[in-house]
Amino acid sequence: MYNKKLNLVLLGLALVAPFVLYPVFLMKVLCFALFACAFNLLLGFAGMLSFGHAVFLGTGAYVTGYVMTTYGLTPELGILAGVVMSALVGLVYGKLAVRREGIYFAMVTLALAQLAFFFFLQTPLTGGEDGLQGIPRGKLFGLIDLTDNMTMYYFVLAVFIIGFLTIYRTIHSPFGQVMKAIRENEPRAISLGYKVNQYKLMAFVISATLAGLAGSTKALVFQLASLTDVHWFMSGEVVLMTLLGGMGTIWGPVLGAAAIVSMQNFLASGPLANYIHVLMGVVFVICVLAFRNGLVGELQKVIRKNSG
Amino acid sequence: MKLMLKTAAATALITVAGLAHGSFSDDKVKIGVLTDMGGVYSDITGQGSIEAVQMAVDDFGGQVLGKPIEVISADTQLKPDIGSTIARQWIENEQVDVINGAVASSVTGAVTKVMSNAGKITLIAAPASHAFTTSACSPYNAHWSYDVVSLANGTVKPMVEGGKNKWFFITADYGFGHALESVATGVIEANGGEVVGGVRAPLGTSDFSSYILQAQSSGADVIALANTGSDMVNALKTAAEFGVTEMAEVAGLLVFTPNAQALDPAIAGGMKLTTGFYWDMDDQTREWSKRYMARMDGKIPSMAQAGAYSSTMHYLKAVEAVGTDESDAVMAKMKETPVEDFFSRNGYLRKDGRMVHDMLQVRIKNADERNNENDIFAIERVIKGEDAFLKLEDGGCAFALSQE
Amino acid sequence: MATFFDINLFALFGQLLIGLINGSFYALLALGLAIIFGLLKIINFSQGALYMLGAFAAWIGLNYLGINYWWALVLVPLAVGAFGILLERTLIRPIANEDHLYSLLLTFGIALILQGLFTHWFGSSGLSYPMPDELMGGTRLPFMYLPNYRAWIIVFSLLVCAGTWFVIEKTRLGGYLRAGTENPRLMQAFGINVPLLVTLTYGFGVGLAGLAGVLAAPIYTVSPDMGSNILIVVFAIVVIGGMGSIGGAILTGLAMGIVEGLTKYFYPEASNTVIFLVMVLVLMVKPVGLFGKEA
Repeated sequence: MYNKKLNLVLLGLALVAPFVLYPVFLMKVLCFALFACAFNLLLGFAGMLSFGHAVFLGTGAYVTGYVMTTYGLTPELGILAGVVMSALVGLVYGKLAVRREGIYFAMVTLALAQLAFFFFLQTPLTGGEDGLQGIPRGKLFGLIDLTDNMTMYYFVLAVFIIGFLTIYRTIHSPFGQVMKAIRENEPRAISLGYKVNQYKLMAFVISATLAGLAGSTKALVFQLASLTDVHWFMSGEVVLMTLLGGMGTIWGPVLGAAAIVSMQNFLASGPLANYIHVLMGVVFVICVLAFRNGLVGELQKVIRKNSG
Repeated sequence: MKLMLKTAAATALITVAGLAHGSFSDDKVKIGVLTDMGGVYSDITGQGSIEAVQMAVDDFGGQVLGKPIEVISADTQLKPDIGSTIARQWIENEQVDVINGAVASSVTGAVTKVMSNAGKITLIAAPASHAFTTSACSPYNAHWSYDVVSLANGTVKPMVEGGKNKWFFITADYGFGHALESVATGVIEANGGEVVGGVRAPLGTSDFSSYILQAQSSGADVIALANTGSDMVNALKTAAEFGVTEMAEVAGLLVFTPNAQALDPAIAGGMKLTTGFYWDMDDQTREWSKRYMARMDGKIPSMAQAGAYSSTMHYLKAVEAVGTDESDAVMAKMKETPVEDFFSRNGYLRKDGRMVHDMLQVRIKNADERNNENDIFAIERVIKGEDAFLKLEDGGCAFALSQE
Repeated sequence: MATFFDINLFALFGQLLIGLINGSFYALLALGLAIIFGLLKIINFSQGALYMLGAFAAWIGLNYLGINYWWALVLVPLAVGAFGILLERTLIRPIANEDHLYSLLLTFGIALILQGLFTHWFGSSGLSYPMPDELMGGTRLPFMYLPNYRAWIIVFSLLVCAGTWFVIEKTRLGGYLRAGTENPRLMQAFGINVPLLVTLTYGFGVGLAGLAGVLAAPIYTVSPDMGSNILIVVFAIVVIGGMGSIGGAILTGLAMGIVEGLTKYFYPEASNTVIFLVMVLVLMVKPVGLFGKEA
């Protein structure tokens, strides 16, 4: 009951937000929030730290950008193409990576991400350092023109909600329960007869697909896909968002993404521009040392204490 | 849909009103400077470009027709995504009227697309790619200072004519480097030379040794550095370390004054290059440069920084003349008026957005020729604007050709 | 395209030699990482930043304190090592016994801070450090001109690597170290100060990164991102070699430098990526790395 009310309030806020704040900024927050949620599905609910998740964001962005620019598809088809390709890459990479655990899993995903980065840098399809510029936003279903930022915002909000609900359903499904069981005690899950690797692969693919959705949407918002999206630094950034917001919580990554994107935005044009990385580093250190449950996790603790 | 139509109609109305009554959007002229504050190009643009634009505004009196002129700036970190995001935000949120700068052709490509879509002018003072006035031209681009064609015509052509026939390229691996390499290759082949090989090095390469070795084993007469900034400096230093300079000539195709200053004269002395501006050319350039140096702790201006001043001044004069900051009217005026100042000689802004002006071929002085630390170039000859830049009809800029 | 028969042998040898030089840096940095991981089970993602710190320390020493290259070679590793010890004592120790991923994230944060600070102070365009006069010039080999400084890098770093390997694997001190990490309580009972040993080991590991930084200063641009560029490559090397294997790190470092050199000859664009390809392949076949022991 409490949660339902909260969700309605949040939805209401999201609906009026673009009248108060700059819509492109809000869309950026939503895209990264979806990306972080997708990442969190893997780290927070399946206990797998991927250090190469930018690949899926970038694949979505590049593929959508490419088909929109070259074939002039409508945005929903462009996004579909990006998402399908991310899912496929996720399937291949997942097959290779889920057999390894812990630090080795992180390293394999990093290495695979570097291979993908090389591909995106070298292939003539992506424009190298220039990236894909001037991607048209197009007309949704051939009808609704997305050029206007307000219209685009509500479209992005809808995409975010779909992605978010998918994650929510996944976590609360029997599948999600098995994932948690594997995270807590893998040998036990195996002895109970679960095919652990298949479950992990499944989680990996879902996460990759949704990360791709975030990337595809982001490419339309900024009308640009560039190497920044596939760089390993982006993979680190999404870890930070999740950690800061609270991994393993539903709303944590959203809050974390909002916090980091706002921080970057406010600092970028000010005299502290050079301190963005320093501050991000400080946040990392503090989170790991003292604040491991993240913003939402700590909040939940406080609420639980007060109500109990 | 309705909302869209309304907005479009409103925009059209405002535009018409602007033309008719000479009005200013949000009652001021706002100039955004996009630059590289900490990257490999920060010495040749960076704070210096911001200062140059501010200096133009100050020299203009800080206001135009009673409306204040405001300058804001941001760092693109040389990333196209950051550049285009800032440009978009400036237009949509900050009512910026014109952007000056945008460093690196990759960033500029993204920024000019955003600006052109919004019908706003970009004054391009630092980037080299000639795409902004050819294949990717726009009625809202004004390309100042120089471009890859003028560099190739100025530096490469005389060398090939002088018998240096075999060329090897070390090229910065993005738009600018590719453009410079392909244009220079065209000039080499047209004059009977050949390109025997090339490598592409990413922006900010830390070690050029393996590229230098490749160049060395190619047997080229000339190793052409189609990169710039600290990349060019490092490549040249590595070439000297591996003794390449004894066997082949190394030609820096785009050398900015601050980079030339950073190079050891023992390595770089005697190298010939092309520039759009040199601070110590005559009284006019010296007068301006002294004032600039006073604001910049004595650092000498690069052609990108001087071009930032010149283009801003030309823009502001046009705004004053037409009495509005509406882009189409201002651009039309800018293209009508000759560009004649300390920076530009025999200059004019062509239909396709190319600012054609006289270029200089210079030689880096040896240590014993230098009178002080800022005494870097000896001017060899002046290249007429018409000979240096691509002709309008060869550029293939669609909108400009259709106006012919 | 070069066909198989018209391989330019001179050019190939040249690239291999350059590869070996890069490999020497990889070996030094990987060695530091491997020591820290093997003995302390800490994944030090800030190793690259400490390498950068070493190069900057040499530059600052030369320009502000009048410390020449040779003194820097001695003093900078000590300073960087001391800084590392400070980090270990204050930040890393509290989480030393937890999941490795936390130390990875923590040190990643430290790396961001260091890189950000140096970017703020010095800009990211890079500074140049003059080559020491004693090592100027070079030798003309049949296939290339070898600058003396590059030869010095190979010789010196190989000596350091071999010496370290010998101390850890073959001497009593090394024995204490290895035993102390296997079973700290027992060693404590024998009267050995294990926490001190751990701290010193960490200091030594990062000191190696500082040393590599000084070596790199005269030939690479001293810039804030020099560490992050090399770090993930070095990480890949440690993983390929088998995390924690000292000899594995050294050999793999050199070998990967040579593999890169080969790639530079045949397909230069892929030279930054080939190591990751090797890493994926190795982990598919041998999950613990080439020289790693099954846990």
